[in-house]
Amino acid sequence: MSTEPNDIDAPLLRNREPLRLHVPQPKRRPGEPPDFSDFTPPEAGSVPRPDVAAPAEEMRPLAFELIRVLDSSGEAVGPWRPDLPADRLVAGLRAMLRTRAYDERMFRVQRQGKSSFYMKCTGEEAVAAAAAMALDAEDMCFPTYRQQGLLLTRGYPMMKMMCQVFSNAEDPLKGRQMPVFYSSKAAGFFSISGNLGTQFSQAVGWAMGSAYKGGDRIAAAWIGEGSTAEGDFHYAMTLASVYRAPVVLTVVNNQWAISTFQGIANGGEATFAARAIGYGVPALRVDGNDFLAIYAATAWAAERARSNLGPTLIELVTYRAEGHSSSDDPSKYRPAHEARAWPLGDPIERLKAHLIALGAWDEDQHLALQAEAAEEVGVALKAAEAIGVLGAGRRPSSSTMFEDVYKDQPWHLRRQRQEAGV
Amino acid sequence: MATMTMVQALNSALDVMLGRDPDVLVFGEDVGYFGGVFRVTEGLQRKHGLTRCFDTPITEGGILAAAVGMGAYGLRPVVEIQFADYIYPAIDQLISEAARLRYRSAAEFTAPLVVRTPYGGGIFGGQTHSQSPEGLFTHVAGLKVVIPSTPYDAKGLLVAAIEDDDPVLFLEPKRLYNGPFSGRHDEPVRPWSGHPAAETPEDYYRVPFGQANVVREGSAVTLLAYGTMVHVALAAAEDTGIDVEVIDLRTLWPVDIETITASVCRTGRCVIVHEATRTSGFGAELSALVQENCFWSLEAPIVRVTGWDTPYPHVFEWEYFPGPKRIAQALRDVVEA
Repeated sequence: MSTEPNDIDAPLLRNREPLRLHVPQPKRRPGEPPDFSDFTPPEAGSVPRPDVAAPAEEMRPLAFELIRVLDSSGEAVGPWRPDLPADRLVAGLRAMLRTRAYDERMFRVQRQGKSSFYMKCTGEEAVAAAAAMALDAEDMCFPTYRQQGLLLTRGYPMMKMMCQVFSNAEDPLKGRQMPVFYSSKAAGFFSISGNLGTQFSQAVGWAMGSAYKGGDRIAAAWIGEGSTAEGDFHYAMTLASVYRAPVVLTVVNNQWAISTFQGIANGGEATFAARAIGYGVPALRVDGNDFLAIYAATAWAAERARSNLGPTLIELVTYRAEGHSSSDDPSKYRPAHEARAWPLGDPIERLKAHLIALGAWDEDQHLALQAEAAEEVGVALKAAEAIGVLGAGRRPSSSTMFEDVYKDQPWHLRRQRQEAGV
Repeated sequence: MATMTMVQALNSALDVMLGRDPDVLVFGEDVGYFGGVFRVTEGLQRKHGLTRCFDTPITEGGILAAAVGMGAYGLRPVVEIQFADYIYPAIDQLISEAARLRYRSAAEFTAPLVVRTPYGGGIFGGQTHSQSPEGLFTHVAGLKVVIPSTPYDAKGLLVAAIEDDDPVLFLEPKRLYNGPFSGRHDEPVRPWSGHPAAETPEDYYRVPFGQANVVREGSAVTLLAYGTMVHVALAAAEDTGIDVEVIDLRTLWPVDIETITASVCRTGRCVIVHEATRTSGFGAELSALVQENCFWSLEAPIVRVTGWDTPYPHVFEWEYFPGPKRIAQALRDVVEA
């Protein structure tokens, strides 16, 4: 073996300057004014709508665009306009108003010490409401903790959700889970995990199962932009791509993962939707505060899935208007009033403006619908509180804590239950 | 000396080590600008710079992998996993990689990293913010496992962990972050101030691995505990009036077998307490060690008081938590046996 020692010392192989470790930083911090100057949303209606069967490579530009339907005057424009009748639009508005009313009340109740924890989806109500309306009621959802709107829109009883939050005797999950970690097989809502991202790849497995059995139900999954850094996101993309799974995969990019801005999750050089390109999966980047755009994108992706064309990745660009949870204080890490400066506005206000522009809605009707939502929340809360809240009222029987660890209770759990005296 | 909470003591340890050794790096989810969800890294980025204490994506496996790679380069990464319950995506990097790197490379490459992570219940965190997974890691050859019970020990042990040349899992009892906890959850929360072990030097010091702390001397029965349960055990001992010797292990692995053996051989009785589930928990290892080392001195069966073998149930937190009542009953049973 001949060696050329000079090659090793060749100056060409050396760095010309010392290497530097790069750590991304958001543009603004507390005490500074909000700044979204690097995010200029394109005009509504400007993004083409390809046929669902178009080859993935032709769809690549969509991963860098922003599909928007509602323009600044409240008109629905462009090829993605879903042409929903007014009563369906009102149903969407109602779903979002109910979600917001529910969140506001349950957050206050947490502050009163009646539950241990709460998570709002304020500013992101369109994410779940539009998807629930675009999907079939039988389709299976694998949500994160911020898609409570799926349950509310699918007609799951609000009072039962409250009982879960209170861990009381009527909590369907028997007090075992933290508040808002709902589960309902009947509502097609998979059990929420506190471990982030796990549901994304599970949804692919569910969809593969539906395909294997020749069924007609598809799966839909949600993940936060922060959690796309988990392996589960990449497992999901790989498996969905390989097996052409009938699944709609949605990244909810709400800009903040607790205290870290979206650049910490992806380096800030590409969109989250663009991650799909490497997997050969079509991707849509969508205005996440535009009910109609989310509806249209979800319906398009669902049609692809139902036609055996495989998965779609949707990035919904939105903004987490409140803290991560009741345990969080966003004033510690982001500018005050950043939510107000968010260029995509409020999803409820935008759909309301659209209905008014159509002549199908007015302020009085809106106030009445708001009042109806608040009333519904109040009535349900009274009933749920009458059963029990954390630390008061009726709880599930404590012997149930030893059940469902296994299908049949083994000897050691029987013995432990006896020792516990329950 | 200053009076510190455990959070402040841990922060001080990181601050001291960042100041002493440019090869020490601190990173994890929300640890940078924000200073961590439990505030343990507060102010460190501002003081030591963006590349010394920084935020990571939500990627526990990635965090551990990066730490292994940095360790191979020659750095001493100190990473935070936000809750011990989130450590499982990192387990391959921790068990298959970090723990075995020295062995498989004949000591050519090492992983001198520290994984800090809050563990344990008592904050209504449900099954994904309450777990005590120490037993999974004491089972792994090549890993050291540390659990402090006071601010003083937390700082000294964390300094020792950072200076250790092997990978260390440093489990922080989150219920003790801001005050000691007797296990009587209906009593008012107590702060660390006034507790003797809250007196913490502001400068560098170490608490060595492998040295347990006899926190209460006694002759009737030996109680082995660590982390939160040390304080609960002390409360239970007071309740019973039994002459209990309480040993705080401080490092689970390496475990201080001499102190344990000397104590149990003297008292002839042993109660082991942990919050983790019972089956194959670290108490099983301790029980076997006591039996192997003290069999001819034992006057009663060794008893374990632990969390039940279920996931941590949100609303039944205090039925699940092995509180002073259950420990006191075990002490009485063992002494009367």
